Amino acid sequence: MLSRRYFIKSSGLALASFAVNPSLAFSGTGKDHPIIIVIFQRGAADGISMVVPFGDPHYHSARPQISIPAEAAIDLDGFFGLHPSLASLKPIYDSGRLAIVHSVGSPDSTRSHFDAQDYMESGAPGNKGIVDGWMNRYLQSNPDSTSTSFRAIAFSPNMPRSLMGLAPAIAMTRISDFGVRSGASSNDFARAFEAMYGRDDSGKETFEAVNMLKKANPQQFTPANGAVYPASSYGQALLQIAQLIKAGVGLEVAFADIGGWDTHANQGSDRGQLANRLREFGDGLAALYRDLGDRMRNVVVMTMTEFGRSIRQNGSGGTDHGHASSLFAFGGPVQGGKVYGKWPGLAPENLHEGRDLAMTTDFRDVLAEVLTKHMGAPANNRIFPGFAPARVLHIV
Amino acid sequence: MSIQGMKRKAVLLLLLIFVSLVPLPAQPATTKLSENQKILHLLNRIAFGARPGDVERVRKLGVDKFVDQQLHPERIDDSSTEAALSQFPSLKMDVTEINEKYVAPMDLARRLGLINPRNAQANPNAPQNNPRLRRELQSMMQERGLNPPQRLLQELQSQKLVRAVSSERQLQEVMTDFWFNHFNVFWGKGANRQLTTGYEMNAIRPHALGKFKDLVMATAKSPAMLFYLDNFQSSAPDSRMLQRLANRPQARKPGINENYARELMELHTIGVEGGYTQKDVQEVARAFTGWTIDRPRQDAGFVFRPMMHDRGEKTVLGHKISEGGIKDGEAVIDILVRHPSTARFIATKLVRRFVSDEPPKTLVDRVAAVYTRTDGDIREMLHAIFTSNEFYAVDAYRAKTKSPFELVVSSIRALGATTTGGPRLAQEIARMGQPLYQYQAPTGFPDRASQWTSAGALVERLNFGIALAANKVPATSIDLARFSKGVTSHDRAIDVAVDALLGGDVSDATKRILVDQIRTTNEPPLVKAFAMVLGSPEFQKR
Repeated sequence: MLSRRYFIKSSGLALASFAVNPSLAFSGTGKDHPIIIVIFQRGAADGISMVVPFGDPHYHSARPQISIPAEAAIDLDGFFGLHPSLASLKPIYDSGRLAIVHSVGSPDSTRSHFDAQDYMESGAPGNKGIVDGWMNRYLQSNPDSTSTSFRAIAFSPNMPRSLMGLAPAIAMTRISDFGVRSGASSNDFARAFEAMYGRDDSGKETFEAVNMLKKANPQQFTPANGAVYPASSYGQALLQIAQLIKAGVGLEVAFADIGGWDTHANQGSDRGQLANRLREFGDGLAALYRDLGDRMRNVVVMTMTEFGRSIRQNGSGGTDHGHASSLFAFGGPVQGGKVYGKWPGLAPENLHEGRDLAMTTDFRDVLAEVLTKHMGAPANNRIFPGFAPARVLHIV
Repeated sequence: MSIQGMKRKAVLLLLLIFVSLVPLPAQPATTKLSENQKILHLLNRIAFGARPGDVERVRKLGVDKFVDQQLHPERIDDSSTEAALSQFPSLKMDVTEINEKYVAPMDLARRLGLINPRNAQANPNAPQNNPRLRRELQSMMQERGLNPPQRLLQELQSQKLVRAVSSERQLQEVMTDFWFNHFNVFWGKGANRQLTTGYEMNAIRPHALGKFKDLVMATAKSPAMLFYLDNFQSSAPDSRMLQRLANRPQARKPGINENYARELMELHTIGVEGGYTQKDVQEVARAFTGWTIDRPRQDAGFVFRPMMHDRGEKTVLGHKISEGGIKDGEAVIDILVRHPSTARFIATKLVRRFVSDEPPKTLVDRVAAVYTRTDGDIREMLHAIFTSNEFYAVDAYRAKTKSPFELVVSSIRALGATTTGGPRLAQEIARMGQPLYQYQAPTGFPDRASQWTSAGALVERLNFGIALAANKVPATSIDLARFSKGVTSHDRAIDVAVDALLGGDVSDATKRILVDQIRTTNEPPLVKAFAMVLGSPEFQKR
């Protein structure tokens, strides 16, 4: 197993080359680093409200009050349509850079948020013995001698399960908070601590990262091309990911999450609670795409959620915990403009355990393909232990 | 002198010159801890660090006597801490009362008929869409003396902080923290919001220094664990319960759930390498069918339901079990706690907590032997650790990286400060990477330095020290004036801070930097000195 020290050493090496002008770090080589950004929708997002199967004869009858009327859905291919709140994603779909995978999920049939998120983030459904996350195992299995302290970052107060493990990663909520904070004395304290931690590996790594951020000053990059991010913590996380990418600090793997998907009551239809949530979600993704502009050529953004929701609406105008859901993947390398995955159908006999959308694509099939083809990860089962990819979607 | 003799002398001389040229280490490695270091070390391990005057108190009392006291918390008066806990009413409530008094505003709205469950359309008057209604709900909550369930978490976190900071029964607090983490449950999983309080108070705390088997039995029968690891719904595939459900096609089909059975072996007792197979997991799961929760929405007590139980014979780790009923599960626990792998697994975890991340094998062997000899007596195992040479070895001194919780508590203790344990303090700890009671996985927080040393976490630690020294940490109050006596120079401020926080024991390198850096400051010298020492590498260790 790789030791943590290995990563510290390599990050130190890379930093030396940034000393002069950090913003030239990657553009100078003429080659972009491939980047993957993962957005986790915590709480189990309703896959058939995000991407509406209006062509399925059983869709409207299962959800008399909360289905999306066919005329309100944004038609994609005559069978599926986007929720109207996701209208801002349609141009990306039309340009062929946004792909949808339907009926995707985990083969484990737990309906516990906690277990399902845990399994999805560990990348090992059904196996509780895996302590690190799939994103961290990607970093471990694809070591990069030029990587920096900002190779992997999560915009969240705690390190998400997906990024836990031996490879270093940074979790923070605000770039402006990442540094010694003491008003007028901040520099004074920073100097003292830097001197104290100069001899300690992890301490050194921290101050390298803090100083690198100070020099690169990512906050100078305001949203470009008229992009407007939602004001929420989710929107600001995406904005800051874009800033780090533009600042050229060596970002390769980024993670953010957005909650509020556990719509047991008053879910709404083309308007209402879920519609509001989806607007924030979609507008954030579209802002990121617009803001990064040409830089999207080597970036893939993926969304995921722990499971979908029951096909039938429940007694309080909502939906309960289900099984498969849907995901979005977009970016320059994505073969989009298409809904991937086999549609299992909503006829009662086709439902998982008689009530939920059946899973026809394992989420690991999608991730494994993006990691190997886009990120250049070795094609083995180290990242997803015990998993042999069943098929290639040709999504990138 | 013969030529031979002269040669020999010359060689000797050369040798002497050579030896003297080899540079000596700046601080020659000592082979033993000083008396002062020993007491500091003990207070950092058996307690959450020293308060002002603690080192002297232990010196007067004698180390052995202090250890003995801590091993018998029931003999220590702790009435002032008990009194401070009265501000957290949920600690003494049963689940029925908790369910009555800690209610989500939306549930109150539903109870009062403000949300019509039949009206499935997005309701513009629903509280989440209507600020006026939301405000009304707030005042209704207040009138009725109700609090949202989130308050239960805050009270749990606060009592943990208050106890760790002020309790005289320090080892009791250290072990409650240790065993909760060993038998971890996640507060945020559904009903665990209402069940976790009772779990710590009734299943963990009373047995923290008792027999290991009592801990396993108490957690196995606790609604919190039954819910967290799903055993409450584990039912034999051909049980009478299922036959009854057969004519109700809409009902969810129960069956065996292996979750608890696996973790009981892997995490609670014999360990992942303890020598069990998937077949053993299935057999253990069969033995625990019917261990479930009675009236989960009311008082949520443990109950054994024979209807759900698999009545066939089971074979666990080579032992045949045919006791029947609830005794099947109890027999499994008996087998597991007597297994030599359990002795070794528990000994290893205890030595890792109290000695070092890489537990010395000699000590693990001896502690495992104590486990076997005493039927898993926790007090006896701890006594063996606290009186061992390995515990007081130079290698073990400041060898452990403090968890964020330990860092915060030891900071407040060292400053002789007081805290109400308010929610902002737990948020600070979460920012450093340790959301209390909210570790999702059943493994609990890993007890290793690598868990706590990420870049973001270190920055948060430094900022916490700066805020605390400036008395800007919410719910906590410090008074550096108590340390100001005789502080006439900047250097003296450093000495005072090093004495208070590190027992006067600091590396030459850190000391040089501290003395150097104190000269440039706009802050009051004592504030800067304490902030720097709180953030020093030495203070991150215990």
